[in-house]
Parts: sequence; C-alpha cells; structure tokens
Amino acid sequence: MADLETFRREARAWLEANCPPEMRTPMTSEEDTFWGGRHAKFSSEPQRIWFERMRDKGWTVPHWPKEYGGGGLDGEEAKILRQEMAELGARPPLTSFGISMLGPALLKYGTEAQKREHLPKITAGLIRWCQGYSEPNAGSDLASLQTRAESDGDDFIINGQKIWTSYANYADWIFCLVRTDPAAKKHDGISFILFDMASKGVSTKPILLISGRSPFCETFFDNVRVPKAHVVGQINRGWDVAKYLLQHERAMISGMGERGVGRPLGQIAADAIGSDGQGRLDDALLRGQIATFEVDEAALAAAAERMTDLAKAGQGHPAFSSAMKYYGTELNKRRYELLMSAGGIDALEWESTRSREGARPRAWLRTKANSIEGGTSEVMLGIVAKRILDLPGA
Amino acid sequence: MPLLLTEEQSMLRDSARGLISDHAPVAHLRALRDSRDGTGFSRELWATFAEMGFAGLLVPEEHGGSGLGAVEAGVVMEEIGRTLMPSPFLSSSVLAASALTHGGATAQKAEHLPKIADGSRLAALALDEGAKHRPLHTAMQAARSGNGFKLNGAKALVVDGHVADLLIVAARTGGSAGERDGLTLFLVDPKAKGIAIERTVMVDAHNAARITFDNVECDADHVLGEIDRGYDLLDGVLDLGRATVASETVGLSEEVFGRTVAYLKERKQFGKAIGEFQALQHRAAHLYIEIEITRAAVLKALQALDTDPANAAALVAVAKARSGATATRAVQEGVQMHGGMGMTDQFDIGFFMKRARVCEELFGDANYHADRLAQMRGY
Repeated sequence: MADLETFRREARAWLEANCPPEMRTPMTSEEDTFWGGRHAKFSSEPQRIWFERMRDKGWTVPHWPKEYGGGGLDGEEAKILRQEMAELGARPPLTSFGISMLGPALLKYGTEAQKREHLPKITAGLIRWCQGYSEPNAGSDLASLQTRAESDGDDFIINGQKIWTSYANYADWIFCLVRTDPAAKKHDGISFILFDMASKGVSTKPILLISGRSPFCETFFDNVRVPKAHVVGQINRGWDVAKYLLQHERAMISGMGERGVGRPLGQIAADAIGSDGQGRLDDALLRGQIATFEVDEAALAAAAERMTDLAKAGQGHPAFSSAMKYYGTELNKRRYELLMSAGGIDALEWESTRSREGARPRAWLRTKANSIEGGTSEVMLGIVAKRILDLPGA
Repeated sequence: MPLLLTEEQSMLRDSARGLISDHAPVAHLRALRDSRDGTGFSRELWATFAEMGFAGLLVPEEHGGSGLGAVEAGVVMEEIGRTLMPSPFLSSSVLAASALTHGGATAQKAEHLPKIADGSRLAALALDEGAKHRPLHTAMQAARSGNGFKLNGAKALVVDGHVADLLIVAARTGGSAGERDGLTLFLVDPKAKGIAIERTVMVDAHNAARITFDNVECDADHVLGEIDRGYDLLDGVLDLGRATVASETVGLSEEVFGRTVAYLKERKQFGKAIGEFQALQHRAAHLYIEIEITRAAVLKALQALDTDPANAAALVAVAKARSGATATRAVQEGVQMHGGMGMTDQFDIGFFMKRARVCEELFGDANYHADRLAQMRGY
C-alpha cells in the first residue's frame, strides 16, 4: 500500500509538471483526439508536446508490458494513473483501435514476432489501425461474413467487401475477419488476419452519415495478397480471436457513457437556460431528468470500476462487457438527448462558427450509432440472456 | 481500494447468510405477520444475532462491539434484504449505534453502547414527521424549561418505535422548519410521561410507530451531541442509514430477480419455457444489468463512508436513488413475469414488492436523492 501511495504521489507530480494546461480542458471537437499513424497531424503544439512526453514515459498504454512499448504498470498502478489523470482533467494523449482492440487480442493470441512487430508501433503512435468486421450482409449476424481468403503458396488472396469500417480512409493497417474455409460451419471457417491498407487492391469509400460526417467507410478488397504469417491465432480459429476482441471493443464503447469528469450536465444546461432564485436550473422537469441521468452516470462509472477490479481478481464474467456496452451506449444517447434539450434552439445550428459547425447536433446524431456499432443493444441483451442468465433457447 | 468485498467481508457475508437463510427465510416474516406478533421480530433470533456479533458490528471495541464500518453493515443488510428478516438491526445497530458513537458524550456511550452491542437494549430514531422524508423540515419543538427541555410534537415511521428501550428524537431548539441550524437530538426514555406510542401496522409487515410527545421533560444531559447543531450529526447517521438501506434493497432486488429467472426457465406456455420468448429475455437481461450497476454504486457509497468522506454524500445520494429505482423495476417485473401467481398472497414475491416500497420511502426516495445530487452539483 505504501508503494502505491508513493506511486500516486510521483505520478501526480509528473503529470502536474508535464501535462500542458491546454491538455487539461474537456475535449470539445474531433480534432482534440490524436489518433497517430503515418499521416498523423497534431491539431496544436500542446497536443504534440503532451503526446511525446507521455510516449517517452511509456504511458500512452500504461498497462502493456515494457518490452512491447507499454508502461509495465500493474492493475492497481494503472488504476491510480487513470484516477490521477481524471483528477487533473488530462486528455488521453493517444487514442487508437490498436490500443483498445487489436492490442489485447495480440497480447493473448499473437506470436512473439507479431507482438514485437506491431505493439511498439501502436504505443509510439506510428501505425493507425482499422477494424474489418462488418459486411453488407453480415451485421448482427457477423459470423456469416463472406470476404474470402484463398490459399496461394505462402500467401492468401483476399477478395470481398467490408462496411462500417471506422476511419478506414485514414488507417495504415487493418485487422480483418476473412473466410478461409467456405465448406466449414460458419463459425469454424474464419481467420483473423492483419495487412497493410496500402497493399495493392485495397480501396475505401467514405459513407456520409446523418451527422453530415463520414467516420465510416466501405472497404473493398480486390485480389489483395497477404502472407499467411499475418494470421493471428490458428487458421480457421479466427472467431475465438474475434470474440475476445469484441469484449474489448464493447468495453471501449461503453466507456463513452462515463463522463464522470468535466462539468456536470446540469451546469451546462444552467448556462444555457438560467437558474431560479435558489440556484436551481430554471426548468424543473429537465432538471429532474438531468439529475436522474447523472445518478445513472455515476452508477455506471462505479460499475466500470468494479468490472475492472473483478477482472483483475479473476472473478469477472467474460460476457459482462456486453452488459456494460448496452448500458453505456443507451446512457450516452440519453446524455445527448438532454444536451439537445438543454441547448434549445442554439443546439440546432448546423453551419456557423458560433456553433463550431454544428458540433453539438452532429455529435448528438453520431451517438445514435453507439447502440448499433460493436453489436446492437438487442444483440447485447441476447448475449446477457444466454451467457449470463442461461435462459433457454437464447 | 478495489470495488470488491475483502476476504473478511466475504466471510462476514457468508456467516450472515448462513444464519439468516437457516432461521429467517421469508416464511419467518410471514408467520410473524399472520400471528399478528406483538414484537414484530423474534427476540430469540435477535439474541443469536447479537451473540454472533452482528448487533455490535458498528459499536467501537472499547464499548463491547466489533468496531467495523459501513461496508460490513451493508453486507449484513444485503443478507437481511434477501429474506426480508425483520430485526432491529437497522434501527438499533446501525442508526442508533452510529449516532451514539459519533455524537455521544463519554457517559452516554458507556451507558448505552455496550447494551446495544449485546442486543439487550433497542434504540430507535424518531425523525420524520410528514408524508415524505424532509429532515430539514423537522418542526417538533424542544423548548427550554428550567435546566432542561420540554418536547412537543409528533413523529411518524419510527422504525421499531414500539419496542424501543431508547428513543433518539430530533427536535427544534431554534430556527424554523427548513433551516439547518437549530436542530438538536435528544435521548428519550419511551416510558417518560407524556409519550404516546401507536404501533402502525405497515404494508411490509415490518415494525413502525407513530409517537406523540406532550410536554415531555428531558434533562440537559440527555442532549445527544451539540445543541442546535444536531443536523451535523444527523447528516452522517442518515447517510449511513441510506447506504445500508440501499444495500438491503440490492439484496431484495437480486433475490426477486433470481426467483424470477428460475420461474422463466420452469414455467411452460405454448409448449415451451416462457424464458425462451425474446420479449421476456430482453427485459430480464435489462433488469440484470440494472441490478449489477446498482450493486457497484451501493458498494462505492459504502466504501466512501468508510474511507472517502469528502465524496460520500454524493455517492450515497446516487446509491439510494439508484437502489430505489432498481428495486421498483425488479419487483414489478417479478410480479408481472410470475403472472397470476405473482398476485397471490401464498407466493412470496408480493412480500418483496411491499418491502421495496417501504425501503424507497425510508430516508428519502429516488426523487429526493436525485434532487440532492443536483443541489450538490450546483444546478
């Protein structure tokens, strides 16, 4: 315990000394997220400084082993660092699907060579990854995917189409599910493979969403040649890797509902609407809705903390991330409904500097995908019913 | 600190669960209700409970207790919630023990705490006056009279009020309803002249009373804590009560849920288990998730009461608000999914619904605590 207190003191002092003041304010736009990659651009000098200092400290991914570029922190230390960063309001220095999704899967299923090749480039922000899972005819029924990989000596030749590939147009590499045995049952003929998006035959096409933005792409593979050595786990056993990765994806998405730090939603609403003589938000029914929301938000933060602690203690249920994904995304949608209500007519402007090009309504519309991407709310409830509650026929 | 029970706390839970499930299943409450038992709980079982150290859980060791904290009290309350065991644990071992430990003068502690710890003395908190929990709106008067005070007013929902050997009474020595200053707590003998106690038979078949005070004389040395500053003491005592009632409610919700899921697997209609219908599966899954999230929020609040006082009030408000909403959903789904059986008195589910309603009103409902959170957060 004494060691942990020392660690907390030192971490706090280091963060105080190294986190630029501009990086301690709430993130308000997409440019505030630094994704890394070959074409990475910093939106500001403080963003660059903060990223480089955290990278050099090993804290872009604090809990990965040091030999793969991580910080080598154990679970308790990583939790303390998260708490201290939250206390300071420090932004994440680097965000990527390499950290939140591929990394955990590689650590569990990758060969030593694969880990040494890919993980350090993730922690250093050198390679940006995207996820090739969904297809036009494989959404909730993901295992019915048809993108095929045919054997050709030491290589696979990949043909097919993915959809809803987040930021495929900015990504350097893809982790992709492909069918390597069309004759096997649908879960048994899938492999999990990695390849460079600059490979010949890969193309992407952004999809315009209701938010007016294009975070997702269609991704096409036309005779893309990939070495068989790039398969993670065993050939035709990719579903195991895919499911394991999905647990991490769902945990990441559920985190969107946890905004324990920053200004309470009720205060944001009071700025727009005003307060009565007793300092209460001057819209009694909205105030009640927001307060109830904040109760649930705080409870979700506790549940996320408990899930991490249960996992560390070896008592976690592997399907629990589905429960958190369901609740976190529904909560985030509620948050943005309340933000729109609090903003009133000011939250309706779509194009203006004043509205930062409609940042709020666009973000509101974006949240509607939260309960679809990474497994719909209905699929999550089905998983909980089957795997945790053991209900028949689920 | 991990948001999990420690090994010692898990052992405490197992021993409480063993005792309670063996000696006080729901049938125990049913029998007390059906026989219109005058005491409302089993004194014999309470003695066993005390022998095992539960009655003195929060009482400091120097006064004969175990000196444990809010998490441990919550652990026991959760087990009580699973079978709805009626006992003076909340009134005497949690609320009164905490009030005396934190506010009592040396002589008051020495007089009362050892007897609370060994279960031989029962103490009850007389606070609420109106239909809703509004501690700041306490209006009962304690006017100065000679060397002491004269108490006049009426209290409702005094848990275990008709069996208590000692009352802790909140009354105004100053200020007016709505103000924080001017509240004082008094230790009052329920047999004192001018006190009338009416046992109120409640929907949940648990103990409660209405008590009126007509010029009840109270010596100055029976003031608990500081005169006019009673709310400072009461605030902490109430938060402990709220968090432990939230814990009882989690136990209750989980028990109802477990029984309901079992029924979904067993009950057949249209030639299959009703649990095969997706309409019910999704509602059951949603309820499971609500309960798990509430469980985490309640443990977080209990831990904060023990180790993080600066954040405890907000976390308790979250826990109490969440637990009420979750239990309301759990018992309603419980009755609905049990169909007609859920409506029968013969079936236990109704007992849980009734107790959940009382727990929701105890020390502030979900609206009260959401409002409190909003005030703390400045909007």
